[in-house]
Amino acid sequence: MDITFKNVSYTYQAGSPFSHQALNDVSFHIPTGSFVAIIGHTGSGKSTLIQHLNGLTIPTEGIVEVGPFTLSKDKKQKDIKSLRSKVGAVFQYPEHQLFEETVAKDIAFGPTNFGVSETEINRRIKEIVPKVGLDAELLERSPFELSGGQMRRVAIAGVLATKPEVFVLDEPTAGLDPRGQKEIMNMFSDIHHSEKVTTILVTHNMEDALKYADHVIIMNKGKVYMEGKPEEVLLKTDELRQVNLDVPESILFLKNYLKKFALQEELSVKSITELADFIKETYKGDYL
Amino acid sequence: MGGSMAIGQYVPGNSLIHKLDPRTKIIIIFFYVIIVFFANNAASYGLLSAFVIISLINTRIPIRFVLKGLTPVWFLILFTFILHLFVTKEGEVIYQLFTLEIYSGGVKQGLMISLRFGLLIFMTSLLTLTTTPIEITDAIEALLHPLNKVKFPVHELALMMSISLRFIPTLMQETDKISKAQASRGVDFRTGPIKERIKAIVPLLVPLFVSAFKRAEELAMAMESRGYQGGEGRSKLRELRFLVKDYLIFGLFILLTIGLLMIRQ
Repeated sequence: MDITFKNVSYTYQAGSPFSHQALNDVSFHIPTGSFVAIIGHTGSGKSTLIQHLNGLTIPTEGIVEVGPFTLSKDKKQKDIKSLRSKVGAVFQYPEHQLFEETVAKDIAFGPTNFGVSETEINRRIKEIVPKVGLDAELLERSPFELSGGQMRRVAIAGVLATKPEVFVLDEPTAGLDPRGQKEIMNMFSDIHHSEKVTTILVTHNMEDALKYADHVIIMNKGKVYMEGKPEEVLLKTDELRQVNLDVPESILFLKNYLKKFALQEELSVKSITELADFIKETYKGDYL
Repeated sequence: MGGSMAIGQYVPGNSLIHKLDPRTKIIIIFFYVIIVFFANNAASYGLLSAFVIISLINTRIPIRFVLKGLTPVWFLILFTFILHLFVTKEGEVIYQLFTLEIYSGGVKQGLMISLRFGLLIFMTSLLTLTTTPIEITDAIEALLHPLNKVKFPVHELALMMSISLRFIPTLMQETDKISKAQASRGVDFRTGPIKERIKAIVPLLVPLFVSAFKRAEELAMAMESRGYQGGEGRSKLRELRFLVKDYLIFGLFILLTIGLLMIRQ
């Protein structure tokens, strides 16, 4: 599903002395099947932005289009439930949403609400549980007996089970150990590629943005500050520092490397491995 | 969320009333609530109203904000007025609507009771508008201190109060977050038959309770690791002290009481 924001503004508690503008004239377009990273400092409006994607917030000005759905303040959206069945949202610390008696029931909660049949739900659970790295024998346990990392996986499985066409991920790996972070991110990346799910990832982690995303939107003070290909946007170190964002280590190293050896090269490096390969190439021959 | 609830909402300021010792404010409000019941004619009500109005002006809180906080009780005041209007049968009949007769005594009684009600509410909201919840609990702890002698757990009570006050906003945020997460999983809190909507509360309440208990445990641990072991021998960061202005206000209030007793019938 294509996602389009047209001049979207959102103000909290509009008209009261406590009003606060979280989004200010935001416009962008996300084509179906892309992997977009939204990056920004705390309070830049990222979380408000993604709440527009499944109609949790309705823009105070402008229009949000998600596939066939249109959200604006003038239009009463009747079909919000079917929008939410198509847009799966994993919010920060999703383990806080667990409530059922067993893991299996909690995973089934979302799809049941969206009217998926029981046999289909059971089939999906069988398919998803190994994908998120859970043991099938945990299914009959209470979610509250699990470790924090396992709870997170259960919560994510609960969203995957609704088979959304768009993933909205708000720092899905925050607070996990490094290995868990990698596993979860790789899993989302796999699903993105195998099932062509449009993925929108909110993150602080520049390395993740560089590694997984094909488009990056940088937010600052409720506005789109920069957007483009990650290799290009993340190279603009000075602009990024201006809005208090870190530059990925690999990019930083590369920049210094090029400067040191006075190389002129258009760069696109997605990971440490690619960086190593690039250095090997240049070191081998022609340049020195 | 909750932006329109002014009852119990503190408005920062620098006025004399803001700066009074919270104990002074609580004691005066306590006795004010008692003397309100002694008023029985226009002059005495006028005196009491003047006291509240001058205090309100002194706080420099916009009057619209104060009135907005009273919206939930307007109905109650109106209801009492109407009740008295029809039930009291004293004085002359001044209006007749079919079989309903309205007596002049009823109007008088209704006005007085509603005014009394209004004065009580204005006075008590004056406390919460100008005093932070923490100050209020400190003052209550200090005022209840003598009860320690009869083994009443004053400090624990005050601690419980301040902790619950502290966590109201946190719980509101948590509720907002969880209801959004569950709405994303297809829970519908707003529409549908009432039975379904009650059922929809379960996915909200369970996580809320779980996190509240977890938070309580973490808080207890954090407090113990910082050496907390109850009220015994614990000193205070902000010592409460009566200043000249507090004594002046007490004096003024005593004058008000004497004046009231003189002009009432």
